[in-house]
Amino acid sequence: MHKVMIQLKNVVKNFENQEVVKSINLDVYEGEFLTLLGASGCGKTTTLRMIAGFEEVTEGEIYLDQENMAGKPPYARNVNTVFQTYALFPHMNVYDNIAFGLVEKKMPKKEIKEKVSQALEMVQLQGFEKRRPSQMSGGQKQRVAIARALVNNPKVLLLDEPLGALDLKLRKQMQVELKHLQQKLGITFLYVTHDQEEALTMSDRIAVMNHGRIEQIGSAQEIYEHPASRFVADFIGESNILEGYVTSIDEPYMTVSFEFGQIDHLPSSGYVKEEMLYVSIRPENVRYSTEPVPDFQLQGIIKEHIYAGSAIRTIAELPNSQEIKITNHPEQTLPEPGSSVYLYWNKDKTVLLHTAGDKLYDLIEDAVLK
Amino acid sequence: MKAIKPVNKHRNLLPITCMVGPTGLWLLFFLLFPLAYVFVISVMTRSFYGGVQWVFSLESYQSLVDSKYLAIIWRSIVMAFQTSVICLIVAYPFAYLLSKMRPVMKGFCILFVMLPFWINGLIRLDGWANIIRDSGLINTILMRLGIISRPITMLKTNGAVLFGMVYTFLPYMILPLQTSLSKIDPSLIEASHDLGAGKFRTFVRVIFPLTLPGIFSGTIQVFIPSLGAFYIADMMGDNKPFLGNLIKNLFQGDRNWPAGAALSVILILFTLAALKLYSKIGNMDDLA
Repeated sequence: MHKVMIQLKNVVKNFENQEVVKSINLDVYEGEFLTLLGASGCGKTTTLRMIAGFEEVTEGEIYLDQENMAGKPPYARNVNTVFQTYALFPHMNVYDNIAFGLVEKKMPKKEIKEKVSQALEMVQLQGFEKRRPSQMSGGQKQRVAIARALVNNPKVLLLDEPLGALDLKLRKQMQVELKHLQQKLGITFLYVTHDQEEALTMSDRIAVMNHGRIEQIGSAQEIYEHPASRFVADFIGESNILEGYVTSIDEPYMTVSFEFGQIDHLPSSGYVKEEMLYVSIRPENVRYSTEPVPDFQLQGIIKEHIYAGSAIRTIAELPNSQEIKITNHPEQTLPEPGSSVYLYWNKDKTVLLHTAGDKLYDLIEDAVLK
Repeated sequence: MKAIKPVNKHRNLLPITCMVGPTGLWLLFFLLFPLAYVFVISVMTRSFYGGVQWVFSLESYQSLVDSKYLAIIWRSIVMAFQTSVICLIVAYPFAYLLSKMRPVMKGFCILFVMLPFWINGLIRLDGWANIIRDSGLINTILMRLGIISRPITMLKTNGAVLFGMVYTFLPYMILPLQTSLSKIDPSLIEASHDLGAGKFRTFVRVIFPLTLPGIFSGTIQVFIPSLGAFYIADMMGDNKPFLGNLIKNLFQGDRNWPAGAALSVILILFTLAALKLYSKIGNMDDLA
C-alpha cells in the first residue's frame, strides 16, 4: 500500500463558536488524486486551508508526510496551493510569477531559468515568459498558477476549485489535462470542488462532505453505485429516493412498504422489522411496463417526456404525488403522458439506506436552527 | 481595443449641457480665467508705481534667474522633499494598520484622521506655535521639572516649519496609501506565504510593489501643496522665505505683479509636470 501523505486526525474548525469542520479523519495516500466534494459551506475549502496553513486548527492534528504541522506557518509547509482566483502577482510577468517560490529558496539563477522553462512547457505556455497576468485569458492564467505551484515540487498540491471561473468547454479540457499532469508527475493532488461531475471524472477517490463531516470516501464508482447515505445518493448524480419501512422479514429477504405500494424480496441484511429506510434508485435503472411485474407493486402515471439530446427523461408520478425520474434511451417507444404504468427495476441496482443517521442530523439541525 | 461608437450628429445636446454646464461655467470663471489672467500678467511689464503696464515682455521671467530667488526655490524643493519623505515614513505603518482593521473601526480611525480638517489650518498651527514656543507648554513643563534651565528654541526654526508641514499634509499621504493597501487581494498575500515567503519577504516582494501607486499619489499630494504653502513658514519659520512666501512678497511687498505671476506660472507648470509623471506611473501597472 502507498504511504500516507496527509493525515487528518479529529480535525475541528470553529469560526466564532460555529463548527465549520466537525472532527474529520482523512488519509490521503502518496500519488493519489483525492477530491473533497460538497456544496458551498460544507467545510471543504476550510479543510484545504487548514492543510495549507492559512487557517489554524481548532482541535485535532494534521500530519504531512508523518510530520505534525501544528504551529507551522504556510511558508514552512511543503505544500503549494492553486487558488480559485489564480492569485497571480499582477506586478510581475509570467516568468517572475513562476520563479517566485524558487527565488525564495535561493536557487541559483541558471537553475531557476531551467525550471521555469520546464514548468512553462509542462502547461504548454512556452514563449509567455514576458506576459503580464492582465494580458492573459482565464485558462492561461490558471495554467500559470498551476505551473507556479508545481515548479516548487511540493509533496502535495492543493487545488481550491481551480476551474470554477472557466467556461464549461475549457473546464472539461482542463480537467483532462490536470488529470494527465497528475498521473505523469505522480504528485499527490488534493482537489476541492462542488462540481460532482468534475469529481467523478478526475478523482482516484472522492470524499463527500456535508455540514462539516465526511459522509463517504471511496472511488467514483463506489460512491455512485453504493452511496452510504441519503445525502450522498442525492448529491452525486440523480436518485429517486423512496421513504419506506420493513413490513416483514423472511431471511435473507424482506418486504418494504411505501405509502403507495411495496417491493418484495429485497436483501434483508442489516435491517429489522418495522425499521424505516430509504430505497434509492438511479433514473437510468428505472423501467416501466404496462403489465404487472413480480415483486414490485409500484404504480405511477406518466406525466411528461423531456427530450435531452442523448436521452429522453420521463417523469412518472406516484399516487402520493412523489415524482420518479426515469432516463430512457431515445429510441425506446414511450407511453402516452397520462397513461398508468408499473414501475420496476433490477433489484441489484437498488440502494437501501438506513434513516437513523439522517434523522439524527435533522433533529440536531432543527434544534440548532431553533 | 476600443470599440468605435457610431456618432449620432443629430443627438439632443440639451440634457448633457444642463448637467455639465454649471460645472463648466464654474471652472471657466473661477479656474480658467484667473489662470489665464495670471499668465497674461506674467508676460507684461512692471509699471513703475507697482501696477501692470500692458506691454509684452519676458522681463519678469528673466528677473527670476537670480541667485537670491533660485536659493529660495531650491530651499522650498528640499523642504517639500523632506516633508514628503517623513510623511511617507510616518503614514505607511499607520495606513497598514488601517487596512487591517475591521470596517467599523477603520471608518472611525479615518474619521479621526480627517477630523482636524474641519478646523481651520491657521488655528491648528497657531495652537502648535503656542505649545512649542519659548514660553509654551513644553518648555514650561520641562523647566518646572528642572530638566532644562533655559527654554529650548523650537518655534521659528526650520524644524518647526518641517513639523508644521508634516502635520498639515500627513492625511494626504495616509489616505491614498490606505486605499492602495486595502485594494490588495488577500489571496495574493496567501499565495506569497504559500510559495515560501515569510512576512518580511512578502512585504518586500508583494505588498510594497503593489502600493507603489499609492506611494506616488501620496507623495505628489504632499509635495505639491508643501511647495506652495506660505502660511506654515510664516507662522513657524525663522522669517526665511520659501517659494510661497516669495510669491506673496512679490505681489504684496515688492508690488512686482509680473514677477509674482511668472513664479506662479512656473509653480503651476511644475505641478502639471508632476501630475503627468504620476499618471504615467499610475498607468504603468494595471493593478486592478
